[in-house]
Amino acid sequence: MEWEVVIGLETHTQLQTKTKIFSGASTAFGSEPNTQACEVSLAFPGVLPVLNKEAVNCAIKFGLAVNAQITPRSVFARKNYFYPDLPKGYQISQYELPVVGKGMITIQVPAVGKNPAYEKVVNITRAHLEEDAGKSVHGAVEGMSGIDLNRAGTPLLEIVTEPDMRSAAEAVAYAKKLHELVQWIGICDGNMQEGSFRCDVNVSVRPKGTDKLGTRREIKNLNSFKFMQQAIEFETRWQIETLEDGGTISQATVLFNPDTGETRAMRSKEEANDYRYFPDPDLLPLEITEADKDRVRAQMPELPEAMKARFEADFGLTSYDAASLTSSLDLANYFVATVHAGADAKPAANWVMGAVSAKLNAEEKSIAQSPLTAVQLASLIKRIMDNTISNNAAKQVFEALWNGEGGVDAIIEAKGLKQVSDTGAIEAIIDEVLAANAAMVEEFKAGKEKAFNALVGQAMKASKGKANPAQVNEMLKKKLGA
Amino acid sequence: MALSIEDIKKIAHLARIEVSESDAAATLTKLTGILGLIEQMQAVDTKGIAPMSHSQDVVQRLREDVVTKTNQREAFQKVAPVLGNGSTDQAVDSGLYLVPKVIE
Repeated sequence: MEWEVVIGLETHTQLQTKTKIFSGASTAFGSEPNTQACEVSLAFPGVLPVLNKEAVNCAIKFGLAVNAQITPRSVFARKNYFYPDLPKGYQISQYELPVVGKGMITIQVPAVGKNPAYEKVVNITRAHLEEDAGKSVHGAVEGMSGIDLNRAGTPLLEIVTEPDMRSAAEAVAYAKKLHELVQWIGICDGNMQEGSFRCDVNVSVRPKGTDKLGTRREIKNLNSFKFMQQAIEFETRWQIETLEDGGTISQATVLFNPDTGETRAMRSKEEANDYRYFPDPDLLPLEITEADKDRVRAQMPELPEAMKARFEADFGLTSYDAASLTSSLDLANYFVATVHAGADAKPAANWVMGAVSAKLNAEEKSIAQSPLTAVQLASLIKRIMDNTISNNAAKQVFEALWNGEGGVDAIIEAKGLKQVSDTGAIEAIIDEVLAANAAMVEEFKAGKEKAFNALVGQAMKASKGKANPAQVNEMLKKKLGA
Repeated sequence: MALSIEDIKKIAHLARIEVSESDAAATLTKLTGILGLIEQMQAVDTKGIAPMSHSQDVVQRLREDVVTKTNQREAFQKVAPVLGNGSTDQAVDSGLYLVPKVIE
Protein backbone atom coordinates (compact mmCIF):
# COMPACT_ATOMS: atom_id res chain seq x y z
CA MET A 1 0.00 0.00 0.00
CA GLU A 2 1.17 3.51 -0.71
CA TRP A 3 1.07 5.81 2.30
CA GLU A 4 0.70 9.54 2.64
CA VAL A 5 2.09 11.50 5.57
CA VAL A 6 0.07 14.43 6.91
CA ILE A 7 1.86 17.11 8.92
CA GLY A 8 0.77 20.20 10.83
CA LEU A 9 2.96 22.50 12.91
CA GLU A 10 2.57 24.50 16.08
CA THR A 11 5.36 27.01 16.53
CA HIS A 12 6.11 29.00 19.66
CA THR A 13 7.81 32.23 18.71
CA GLN A 14 9.20 34.33 21.52
CA LEU A 15 8.26 37.93 20.86
CA GLN A 16 10.95 40.60 20.86
CA THR A 17 9.69 42.78 23.68
CA LYS A 18 11.71 44.38 26.46
CA THR A 19 9.30 43.23 29.13
CA LYS A 20 7.03 40.31 29.91
CA ILE A 21 3.56 39.95 28.49
CA PHE A 22 1.74 40.78 31.73
CA SER A 23 4.32 42.65 33.83
CA GLY A 24 7.15 45.17 33.60
CA ALA A 25 9.88 42.58 34.36
CA SER A 26 12.74 42.34 31.85
CA THR A 27 12.87 39.48 29.31
CA ALA A 28 16.65 39.66 28.74
CA PHE A 29 18.16 36.20 28.14
CA GLY A 30 20.86 34.66 30.32
CA SER A 31 20.50 36.63 33.56
CA GLU A 32 21.12 35.15 37.01
CA PRO A 33 18.24 32.85 38.05
CA ASN A 34 15.11 34.60 39.29
CA THR A 35 16.53 38.11 39.07
CA GLN A 36 13.82 38.89 36.50
CA ALA A 37 11.07 37.06 38.33
CA CYS A 38 8.80 39.75 39.77
CA GLU A 39 5.74 39.20 41.96
CA VAL A 40 3.58 38.63 38.85
CA SER A 41 6.00 35.99 37.48
CA LEU A 42 5.95 34.35 40.93
CA ALA A 43 2.12 34.49 41.14
CA PHE A 44 1.94 36.28 44.46
CA PRO A 45 -1.58 36.57 45.83
CA GLY A 46 -3.42 39.63 44.62
CA VAL A 47 -1.22 40.49 41.63
CA LEU A 48 -2.95 41.32 38.38
CA PRO A 49 -1.79 40.95 34.78
CA VAL A 50 -1.50 44.09 32.63
CA LEU A 51 -1.09 43.38 28.91
CA ASN A 52 2.03 44.60 27.08
CA LYS A 53 1.18 46.84 24.11
CA GLU A 54 4.24 45.73 22.15
CA ALA A 55 3.27 42.07 22.38
CA VAL A 56 -0.08 43.00 20.83
CA ASN A 57 1.68 44.98 18.10
CA CYS A 58 3.80 41.91 17.30
CA ALA A 59 0.66 39.78 16.95
CA ILE A 60 -0.92 42.36 14.64
CA LYS A 61 2.26 42.47 12.51
CA PHE A 62 2.18 38.73 12.10
CA GLY A 63 -1.52 38.75 11.24
CA LEU A 64 -0.96 41.38 8.56
CA ALA A 65 2.08 39.52 7.19
CA VAL A 66 0.11 36.30 6.59
CA ASN A 67 -3.03 38.02 5.30
CA ALA A 68 -5.00 36.84 8.28
CA GLN A 69 -8.20 37.99 9.85
CA ILE A 70 -7.30 39.91 13.00
CA THR A 71 -9.90 39.37 15.68
CA PRO A 72 -11.53 42.70 16.66
CA ARG A 73 -12.15 41.46 20.21
CA SER A 74 -10.01 38.52 21.28
CA VAL A 75 -10.16 36.91 24.69
CA PHE A 76 -7.55 35.57 27.10
CA ALA A 77 -8.21 32.24 28.74
CA ARG A 78 -6.71 30.21 31.54
CA LYS A 79 -5.21 26.85 30.63
CA ASN A 80 -5.11 24.91 33.87
CA TYR A 81 -2.38 22.44 34.76
CA PHE A 82 0.04 21.82 37.59
CA TYR A 83 3.77 21.97 37.15
CA PRO A 84 6.38 23.62 39.39
CA ASP A 85 7.54 26.00 36.66
CA LEU A 86 4.01 27.43 36.47
CA PRO A 87 3.34 28.88 39.92
CA LYS A 88 -0.17 30.17 39.14
CA GLY A 89 -1.41 26.68 38.29
CA TYR A 90 -2.60 28.03 34.93
CA GLN A 91 -1.08 29.53 31.85
CA ILE A 92 -2.70 32.64 30.43
CA SER A 93 -3.33 31.85 26.77
CA GLN A 94 -6.09 32.33 24.23
CA TYR A 95 -8.57 29.64 23.32
CA GLU A 96 -11.86 30.34 21.58
CA LEU A 97 -11.05 33.78 20.23
CA PRO A 98 -7.33 34.03 19.32
CA VAL A 99 -5.90 37.38 18.25
CA VAL A 100 -5.02 36.11 14.74
CA GLY A 101 -7.41 33.98 12.68
CA LYS A 102 -7.05 32.17 9.37
CA GLY A 103 -4.15 33.23 7.14
CA MET A 104 -1.67 31.75 4.70
CA ILE A 105 2.03 31.47 3.92
CA THR A 106 3.54 30.57 0.55
CA ILE A 107 6.49 28.24 0.90
CA GLN A 108 9.24 27.25 -1.55
CA VAL A 109 10.02 23.56 -1.38
CA PRO A 110 13.52 22.92 -2.74
CA ALA A 111 14.28 20.36 -5.46
CA VAL A 112 15.21 16.89 -4.20
CA GLY A 113 16.87 14.51 -6.67
CA LYS A 114 14.70 14.36 -9.78
CA ASN A 115 11.79 16.18 -8.15
CA PRO A 116 11.84 19.86 -9.13
CA ALA A 117 11.36 22.73 -6.67
CA TYR A 118 7.80 23.97 -6.23
CA GLU A 119 5.70 26.50 -4.36
CA LYS A 120 2.86 25.63 -2.02
CA VAL A 121 0.41 27.53 0.16
CA VAL A 122 0.26 26.49 3.80
CA ASN A 123 -2.87 27.63 5.62
CA ILE A 124 -2.52 29.17 9.05
CA THR A 125 -5.34 28.12 11.37
CA ARG A 126 -4.68 30.69 14.06
CA ALA A 127 -2.05 32.46 16.13
CA HIS A 128 -2.56 33.32 19.75
CA LEU A 129 -0.76 35.26 22.46
CA GLU A 130 0.31 33.46 25.61
CA GLU A 131 2.89 33.50 28.37
CA ASP A 132 5.90 31.17 28.60
CA ALA A 133 6.52 29.05 31.69
CA GLY A 134 9.68 29.03 33.83
CA LYS A 135 12.48 26.48 33.72
CA SER A 136 13.20 23.51 35.93
CA VAL A 137 16.85 23.02 36.81
CA HIS A 138 17.89 19.52 37.82
CA GLY A 139 21.09 18.68 39.65
CA ALA A 140 21.86 22.15 41.03
CA VAL A 141 20.76 21.13 44.52
CA GLU A 142 20.96 17.50 45.66
CA GLY A 143 17.60 15.72 45.83
CA MET A 144 15.59 18.76 44.79
CA SER A 145 14.53 20.44 41.59
CA GLY A 146 15.33 24.12 41.22
CA ILE A 147 12.95 26.55 39.56
CA ASP A 148 14.10 29.59 37.61
CA LEU A 149 11.19 31.86 36.77
CA ASN A 150 13.07 34.44 34.67
CA ARG A 151 11.38 33.07 31.55
CA ALA A 152 7.95 32.84 33.18
CA GLY A 153 5.68 35.40 31.53
CA THR A 154 7.81 35.93 28.41
CA PRO A 155 5.42 36.72 25.55
CA LEU A 156 4.88 34.00 22.97
CA LEU A 157 2.90 33.91 19.77
CA GLU A 158 1.86 30.33 19.07
CA ILE A 159 1.30 29.87 15.34
CA VAL A 160 -0.78 26.86 14.28
CA THR A 161 -1.11 25.50 10.73
CA GLU A 162 -3.69 23.31 9.08
CA PRO A 163 -2.49 19.74 8.44
CA ASP A 164 -1.39 20.87 4.97
CA MET A 165 2.12 19.47 4.64
CA ARG A 166 2.77 16.13 2.95
CA SER A 167 6.49 15.51 3.51
CA ALA A 168 9.32 16.31 5.89
CA ALA A 169 10.71 18.60 3.17
CA GLU A 170 7.48 20.61 3.09
CA ALA A 171 7.37 20.87 6.88
CA VAL A 172 10.97 22.08 7.00
CA ALA A 173 10.35 24.53 4.13
CA TYR A 174 7.39 25.94 6.08
CA ALA A 175 9.37 26.18 9.32
CA LYS A 176 12.23 27.94 7.53
CA LYS A 177 9.85 30.34 5.79
CA LEU A 178 8.12 31.16 9.08
CA HIS A 179 11.50 31.59 10.75
CA GLU A 180 12.53 34.06 8.03
CA LEU A 181 9.20 35.89 8.19
CA VAL A 182 9.07 36.49 11.95
CA GLN A 183 12.59 37.91 11.83
CA TRP A 184 11.79 39.97 8.72
CA ILE A 185 8.88 41.71 10.44
CA GLY A 186 10.96 42.08 13.59
CA ILE A 187 8.76 40.21 16.06
CA CYS A 188 11.19 37.40 16.98
CA ASP A 189 14.98 37.15 17.05
CA GLY A 190 14.77 33.61 15.62
CA ASN A 191 17.46 32.30 17.99
CA MET A 192 16.71 28.58 18.07
CA GLN A 193 19.51 27.68 20.52
CA GLU A 194 18.04 30.04 23.10
CA GLY A 195 14.56 28.64 22.44
CA SER A 196 13.11 31.73 20.78
CA PHE A 197 11.61 29.59 17.99
CA ARG A 198 10.37 26.11 18.96
CA CYS A 199 8.33 23.75 16.81
CA ASP A 200 5.89 20.99 17.73
CA VAL A 201 5.12 18.76 14.75
CA ASN A 202 1.95 16.69 14.42
CA VAL A 203 2.49 13.65 12.23
CA SER A 204 -0.01 11.08 11.00
CA VAL A 205 -0.15 8.70 8.04
CA ARG A 206 -3.02 7.40 5.92
CA PRO A 207 -3.41 5.29 2.79
CA LYS A 208 -2.80 7.51 -0.22
CA GLY A 209 -6.03 8.67 -1.80
CA THR A 210 -8.11 8.54 1.39
CA ASP A 211 -9.51 11.62 3.12
CA LYS A 212 -9.78 10.53 6.71
CA LEU A 213 -6.90 11.68 8.89
CA GLY A 214 -4.91 9.03 10.74
CA THR A 215 -4.21 9.22 14.46
CA ARG A 216 -1.49 11.76 15.08
CA ARG A 217 1.52 11.77 17.32
CA GLU A 218 3.03 15.09 18.32
CA ILE A 219 6.82 15.54 18.25
CA LYS A 220 7.58 18.17 20.88
CA ASN A 221 10.10 20.98 21.07
CA LEU A 222 12.22 20.65 17.94
CA ASN A 223 14.77 23.43 17.91
CA SER A 224 16.68 22.76 14.71
CA PHE A 225 15.58 22.21 11.11
CA LYS A 226 17.92 19.25 10.75
CA PHE A 227 16.37 17.52 13.76
CA MET A 228 12.90 18.32 12.43
CA GLN A 229 13.69 16.59 9.13
CA GLN A 230 15.16 13.55 10.90
CA ALA A 231 12.38 13.33 13.47
CA ILE A 232 9.59 13.47 10.87
CA GLU A 233 11.28 10.91 8.64
CA PHE A 234 11.80 8.52 11.53
CA GLU A 235 8.28 9.04 12.90
CA THR A 236 6.70 8.52 9.46
CA ARG A 237 8.61 5.26 8.91
CA TRP A 238 7.70 4.08 12.41
CA GLN A 239 3.99 4.75 11.93
CA ILE A 240 3.88 3.06 8.51
CA GLU A 241 5.76 0.01 9.80
CA THR A 242 3.51 -0.21 12.85
CA LEU A 243 0.37 -0.13 10.70
CA GLU A 244 1.77 -2.57 8.13
CA ASP A 245 2.61 -4.98 10.95
CA GLY A 246 -1.05 -4.87 11.95
CA GLY A 247 -0.58 -2.50 14.88
CA THR A 248 -2.46 0.67 15.70
CA ILE A 249 -1.25 4.18 16.45
CA SER A 250 -2.41 5.79 19.66
CA GLN A 251 -2.33 9.52 20.16
CA ALA A 252 0.82 10.45 22.02
CA THR A 253 3.42 13.09 22.66
CA VAL A 254 6.87 12.00 21.54
CA LEU A 255 10.37 13.35 21.99
CA PHE A 256 13.16 13.24 19.44
CA ASN A 257 16.55 11.98 20.57
CA PRO A 258 19.22 13.59 18.36
CA ASP A 259 21.81 11.01 19.45
CA THR A 260 19.85 8.00 18.21
CA GLY A 261 17.78 9.80 15.56
CA GLU A 262 14.66 8.18 17.02
CA THR A 263 11.37 9.41 18.39
CA ARG A 264 10.04 7.94 21.61
CA ALA A 265 6.70 8.37 23.35
CA MET A 266 6.82 10.23 26.65
CA ARG A 267 5.66 8.29 29.68
CA SER A 268 1.90 8.25 29.08
CA LYS A 269 0.08 10.09 31.80
CA GLU A 270 -2.64 8.23 33.63
CA GLU A 271 -4.97 11.07 32.99
CA ALA A 272 -5.32 12.63 29.57
CA ASN A 273 -4.69 16.37 29.58
CA ASP A 274 -7.77 18.22 30.67
CA TYR A 275 -6.93 21.91 30.66
CA ARG A 276 -10.41 23.21 31.56
CA TYR A 277 -9.97 26.44 29.62
CA PHE A 278 -12.13 29.35 30.68
CA PRO A 279 -11.97 33.12 30.05
CA ASP A 280 -9.53 34.80 32.46
CA PRO A 281 -11.57 37.15 34.65
CA ASP A 282 -8.41 39.21 35.35
CA LEU A 283 -8.19 40.33 31.73
CA LEU A 284 -10.69 42.23 29.62
CA PRO A 285 -11.24 41.51 25.93
CA LEU A 286 -8.41 42.75 23.72
CA GLU A 287 -9.78 45.22 21.22
CA ILE A 288 -7.94 45.81 17.95
CA THR A 289 -9.39 48.51 15.71
CA GLU A 290 -8.81 49.32 12.05
CA ALA A 291 -6.80 52.33 13.24
CA ASP A 292 -4.54 50.05 15.30
CA LYS A 293 -3.93 47.89 12.24
CA ASP A 294 -3.17 50.94 10.07
CA ARG A 295 -0.74 52.27 12.65
CA VAL A 296 1.11 48.93 12.82
CA ARG A 297 1.02 48.48 9.05
CA ALA A 298 2.77 51.84 8.63
CA GLN A 299 5.68 50.59 10.77
CA MET A 300 6.16 47.39 8.79
CA PRO A 301 8.82 46.80 6.13
CA GLU A 302 7.81 45.72 2.63
CA LEU A 303 6.95 42.02 2.98
CA PRO A 304 9.23 39.39 1.44
CA GLU A 305 6.55 38.18 -1.01
CA ALA A 306 6.04 41.71 -2.36
CA MET A 307 9.77 42.36 -2.53
CA LYS A 308 10.34 39.05 -4.31
CA ALA A 309 7.75 39.96 -6.95
CA ARG A 310 9.36 43.38 -7.34
CA PHE A 311 12.84 41.86 -7.80
CA GLU A 312 11.46 39.58 -10.52
CA ALA A 313 9.64 42.42 -12.31
CA ASP A 314 12.20 45.23 -11.93
CA PHE A 315 15.45 43.29 -12.16
CA GLY A 316 14.44 40.31 -14.30
CA LEU A 317 15.60 37.87 -11.63
CA THR A 318 14.36 34.29 -11.58
CA SER A 319 11.81 33.28 -8.95
CA TYR A 320 14.47 31.16 -7.24
CA ASP A 321 17.03 34.00 -7.12
CA ALA A 322 14.44 36.50 -5.93
CA ALA A 323 13.32 34.07 -3.19
CA SER A 324 16.91 33.51 -2.04
CA LEU A 325 17.63 37.23 -1.89
CA THR A 326 14.47 37.87 0.12
CA SER A 327 15.23 35.18 2.70
CA SER A 328 16.23 37.90 5.13
CA LEU A 329 15.62 41.63 5.21
CA ASP A 330 19.34 42.35 5.75
CA LEU A 331 20.30 40.25 2.72
CA ALA A 332 17.66 41.92 0.54
CA ASN A 333 18.78 45.38 1.68
CA TYR A 334 22.41 44.49 0.92
CA PHE A 335 21.46 43.42 -2.60
CA VAL A 336 19.41 46.58 -3.17
CA ALA A 337 22.26 48.75 -1.86
CA THR A 338 24.66 47.01 -4.26
CA VAL A 339 22.36 47.75 -7.19
CA HIS A 340 21.83 51.35 -6.05
CA ALA A 341 25.60 51.81 -5.92
CA GLY A 342 25.71 51.12 -9.66
CA ALA A 343 26.03 47.35 -10.12
CA ASP A 344 23.82 45.54 -12.63
CA ALA A 345 21.16 43.47 -10.85
CA LYS A 346 22.05 40.06 -12.27
CA PRO A 347 25.75 40.06 -11.44
CA ALA A 348 24.89 41.69 -8.10
CA ALA A 349 22.46 38.82 -7.34
CA ASN A 350 25.05 36.23 -8.38
CA TRP A 351 27.77 37.75 -6.22
CA VAL A 352 25.53 38.19 -3.17
CA MET A 353 24.16 34.65 -3.33
CA GLY A 354 27.44 33.13 -4.49
CA ALA A 355 30.79 34.41 -3.24
CA VAL A 356 29.46 36.67 -0.47
CA SER A 357 27.07 34.08 1.01
CA ALA A 358 29.70 31.32 0.76
CA LYS A 359 32.21 33.45 2.68
CA LEU A 360 29.66 34.41 5.30
CA ASN A 361 28.65 30.76 5.78
CA ALA A 362 32.25 29.63 6.07
CA GLU A 363 32.96 32.30 8.68
CA GLU A 364 29.55 31.85 10.37
CA LYS A 365 28.76 35.51 9.96
CA SER A 366 25.49 37.22 9.13
CA ILE A 367 25.25 39.63 6.22
CA ALA A 368 25.20 42.50 8.72
CA GLN A 369 28.71 41.42 9.79
CA SER A 370 30.08 41.26 6.24
CA PRO A 371 33.50 42.94 6.02
CA LEU A 372 32.66 43.76 2.40
CA THR A 373 30.19 46.64 2.08
CA ALA A 374 27.55 46.80 -0.63
CA VAL A 375 29.30 49.84 -2.08
CA GLN A 376 32.62 47.95 -2.33
CA LEU A 377 30.88 45.00 -3.98
CA ALA A 378 29.26 47.38 -6.45
CA SER A 379 32.61 48.94 -7.40
CA LEU A 380 34.04 45.46 -7.94
CA ILE A 381 31.12 44.53 -10.20
CA LYS A 382 31.48 47.81 -12.09
CA ARG A 383 35.12 46.97 -12.86
CA ILE A 384 33.97 43.67 -14.37
CA MET A 385 31.22 45.43 -16.31
CA ASP A 386 33.60 48.01 -17.81
CA ASN A 387 36.10 45.26 -18.73
CA THR A 388 38.83 46.53 -16.39
CA ILE A 389 39.16 43.03 -14.92
CA SER A 390 38.12 39.55 -15.95
CA ASN A 391 35.80 37.36 -13.89
CA ASN A 392 38.79 35.32 -12.78
CA ALA A 393 40.73 38.37 -11.64
CA ALA A 394 37.58 39.58 -9.86
CA LYS A 395 37.75 36.54 -7.59
CA GLN A 396 41.22 37.58 -6.46
CA VAL A 397 40.08 41.17 -5.93
CA PHE A 398 37.11 39.86 -3.93
CA GLU A 399 39.40 37.88 -1.61
CA ALA A 400 41.60 40.92 -1.08
CA LEU A 401 38.61 43.17 -0.41
CA TRP A 402 37.25 40.64 2.07
CA ASN A 403 40.58 40.66 3.91
CA GLY A 404 40.55 44.44 4.06
CA GLU A 405 43.49 45.01 1.72
CA GLY A 406 42.13 48.35 0.47
CA GLY A 407 39.83 49.71 -2.22
CA VAL A 408 38.94 47.93 -5.47
CA ASP A 409 41.07 50.07 -7.81
CA ALA A 410 44.05 50.05 -5.45
CA ILE A 411 43.91 46.23 -5.27
CA ILE A 412 43.64 45.86 -9.06
CA GLU A 413 46.65 48.15 -9.42
CA ALA A 414 48.72 46.50 -6.68
CA LYS A 415 48.11 42.99 -7.97
CA GLY A 416 48.48 43.97 -11.63
CA LEU A 417 45.13 42.44 -12.53
CA LYS A 418 44.09 45.00 -15.07
CA GLN A 419 42.77 43.30 -18.15
CA VAL A 420 44.49 44.02 -21.43
CA SER A 421 41.90 45.31 -23.87
CA ASP A 422 44.33 47.17 -26.07
CA THR A 423 43.90 45.71 -29.55
CA GLY A 424 47.52 46.22 -30.52
CA ALA A 425 48.85 44.43 -27.45
CA ILE A 426 46.48 41.51 -27.89
CA GLU A 427 47.32 41.22 -31.57
CA ALA A 428 51.03 41.04 -30.72
CA ILE A 429 50.40 38.24 -28.23
CA ILE A 430 48.28 36.30 -30.70
CA ASP A 431 50.87 36.60 -33.44
CA GLU A 432 53.47 35.20 -31.05
CA VAL A 433 51.22 32.32 -30.06
CA LEU A 434 50.39 31.46 -33.68
CA ALA A 435 54.05 31.46 -34.61
CA ALA A 436 55.02 29.27 -31.68
CA ASN A 437 52.20 26.74 -32.17
CA ALA A 438 52.21 26.02 -35.85
CA ALA A 439 51.16 22.43 -35.22
CA MET A 440 47.96 23.48 -33.43
CA VAL A 441 47.15 25.88 -36.23
CA GLU A 442 47.45 23.00 -38.72
CA GLU A 443 45.19 20.82 -36.59
CA PHE A 444 42.60 23.55 -36.46
CA LYS A 445 42.74 24.02 -40.20
CA ALA A 446 42.33 20.25 -40.56
CA GLY A 447 39.01 20.60 -38.74
CA LYS A 448 39.87 19.99 -35.11
CA GLU A 449 37.69 22.47 -33.19
CA LYS A 450 39.49 21.65 -29.95
CA ALA A 451 42.70 23.17 -31.25
CA PHE A 452 41.02 26.57 -31.27
CA ASN A 453 40.36 26.45 -27.53
CA ALA A 454 43.93 25.34 -26.95
CA LEU A 455 45.16 28.39 -28.84
CA VAL A 456 42.92 30.68 -26.78
CA GLY A 457 44.40 29.06 -23.69
CA GLN A 458 47.92 29.69 -24.92
CA ALA A 459 47.14 33.35 -25.64
CA MET A 460 45.58 33.82 -22.18
CA LYS A 461 48.60 32.18 -20.63
CA ALA A 462 51.00 34.38 -22.60
CA SER A 463 49.12 37.45 -21.31
CA LYS A 464 49.33 36.08 -17.77
CA GLY A 465 45.55 35.87 -17.74
CA LYS A 466 45.14 39.57 -18.26
CA ALA A 467 43.95 39.63 -21.87
CA ASN A 468 40.25 40.23 -22.38
CA PRO A 469 39.08 36.70 -23.33
CA ALA A 470 36.28 37.93 -25.59
CA GLN A 471 38.73 40.01 -27.58
CA VAL A 472 41.23 37.16 -27.79
CA ASN A 473 38.52 34.90 -29.16
CA GLU A 474 37.40 37.37 -31.71
CA MET A 475 40.84 38.28 -32.96
CA LEU A 476 42.00 34.70 -33.11
CA LYS A 477 38.99 33.82 -35.24
CA LYS A 478 39.82 36.65 -37.58
CA LYS A 479 43.47 35.66 -37.86
CA LEU A 480 42.65 32.02 -38.57
CA GLY A 481 39.99 33.00 -41.04
CA ALA A 482 37.49 30.92 -39.08
CA MET B 1 -26.21 16.27 33.49
CA ALA B 2 -25.65 13.60 36.10
CA LEU B 3 -22.33 13.44 37.90
CA SER B 4 -20.89 10.30 39.45
CA ILE B 5 -18.59 9.86 42.43
CA GLU B 6 -15.86 9.04 39.87
CA ASP B 7 -16.33 12.47 38.25
CA ILE B 8 -15.95 14.13 41.65
CA LYS B 9 -12.70 12.25 42.26
CA LYS B 10 -11.39 13.22 38.84
CA ILE B 11 -12.26 16.89 39.27
CA ALA B 12 -10.67 16.88 42.73
CA HIS B 13 -7.51 15.33 41.32
CA LEU B 14 -7.30 17.86 38.49
CA ALA B 15 -7.60 20.67 41.04
CA ARG B 16 -5.17 18.89 43.40
CA ILE B 17 -7.74 19.01 46.18
CA GLU B 18 -8.01 16.13 48.61
CA VAL B 19 -11.60 14.97 48.95
CA SER B 20 -12.27 12.10 51.35
CA GLU B 21 -14.80 9.35 50.57
CA SER B 22 -17.29 10.84 53.02
CA ASP B 23 -16.91 14.36 51.64
CA ALA B 24 -17.19 13.13 48.05
CA ALA B 25 -20.88 12.26 48.44
CA ALA B 26 -21.72 15.68 49.90
CA THR B 27 -19.67 17.38 47.14
CA LEU B 28 -21.54 15.35 44.54
CA THR B 29 -24.85 16.68 45.84
CA LYS B 30 -23.61 20.29 45.85
CA LEU B 31 -22.04 20.15 42.38
CA THR B 32 -25.11 18.45 40.95
CA GLY B 33 -27.16 21.33 42.34
CA ILE B 34 -24.89 23.86 40.63
CA LEU B 35 -25.11 21.99 37.33
CA GLY B 36 -28.89 21.97 37.69
CA LEU B 37 -28.80 25.74 37.97
CA ILE B 38 -26.69 25.95 34.82
CA GLU B 39 -29.14 23.70 32.99
CA GLN B 40 -31.91 26.06 34.00
CA MET B 41 -29.93 29.00 32.60
CA GLN B 42 -29.16 27.14 29.41
CA ALA B 43 -32.88 26.78 28.77
CA VAL B 44 -33.07 30.57 28.25
CA ASP B 45 -33.22 31.54 24.59
CA THR B 46 -29.97 33.44 23.87
CA LYS B 47 -30.22 33.43 20.08
CA GLY B 48 -28.68 36.58 18.65
CA ILE B 49 -26.92 37.54 21.85
CA ALA B 50 -23.12 37.63 21.62
CA PRO B 51 -21.34 35.57 24.28
CA MET B 52 -19.87 37.72 27.03
CA SER B 53 -16.34 37.14 28.24
CA HIS B 54 -16.41 39.74 31.00
CA SER B 55 -19.06 41.22 33.22
CA GLN B 56 -18.08 44.79 32.35
CA ASP B 57 -18.42 46.12 28.83
CA VAL B 58 -14.93 47.60 28.70
CA VAL B 59 -11.78 46.59 26.84
CA GLN B 60 -8.26 45.78 27.98
CA ARG B 61 -5.95 48.71 28.67
CA LEU B 62 -2.42 48.20 27.43
CA ARG B 63 0.89 48.84 29.16
CA GLU B 64 3.91 50.47 27.47
CA ASP B 65 6.80 48.04 26.93
CA VAL B 66 9.10 49.58 29.53
CA VAL B 67 10.95 47.74 32.31
CA THR B 68 9.45 48.85 35.63
CA LYS B 69 10.36 45.88 37.84
CA THR B 70 13.70 45.71 39.58
CA ASN B 71 15.43 42.66 40.99
CA GLN B 72 13.75 41.76 44.31
CA ARG B 73 15.04 38.20 44.48
CA GLU B 74 16.42 38.52 47.99
CA ALA B 75 13.10 39.72 49.41
CA PHE B 76 11.10 37.10 47.52
CA GLN B 77 13.39 34.25 48.56
CA LYS B 78 12.97 35.21 52.21
CA VAL B 79 9.26 34.41 52.05
CA ALA B 80 9.59 31.38 49.77
CA PRO B 81 8.54 28.05 51.26
CA VAL B 82 11.39 25.75 52.20
CA LEU B 83 10.38 22.22 51.34
CA GLY B 84 11.54 18.83 52.56
CA ASN B 85 15.25 18.70 53.22
CA GLY B 86 15.99 21.83 51.23
CA SER B 87 17.66 24.56 53.23
CA THR B 88 17.28 28.30 52.82
CA ASP B 89 21.03 28.57 52.25
CA GLN B 90 20.98 26.24 49.27
CA ALA B 91 18.12 28.16 47.70
CA VAL B 92 19.85 31.48 48.24
CA ASP B 93 23.17 30.21 46.91
CA SER B 94 21.72 28.82 43.71
CA GLY B 95 19.24 31.64 43.24
CA LEU B 96 16.60 28.99 42.59
CA TYR B 97 13.29 28.19 44.24
CA LEU B 98 13.48 24.60 45.42
CA VAL B 99 10.72 22.04 44.97
CA PRO B 100 10.52 18.27 45.39
CA LYS B 101 12.37 16.55 42.56
CA VAL B 102 10.43 16.47 39.29
CA ILE B 103 11.67 14.15 36.57
CA GLU B 104 9.77 13.95 33.33
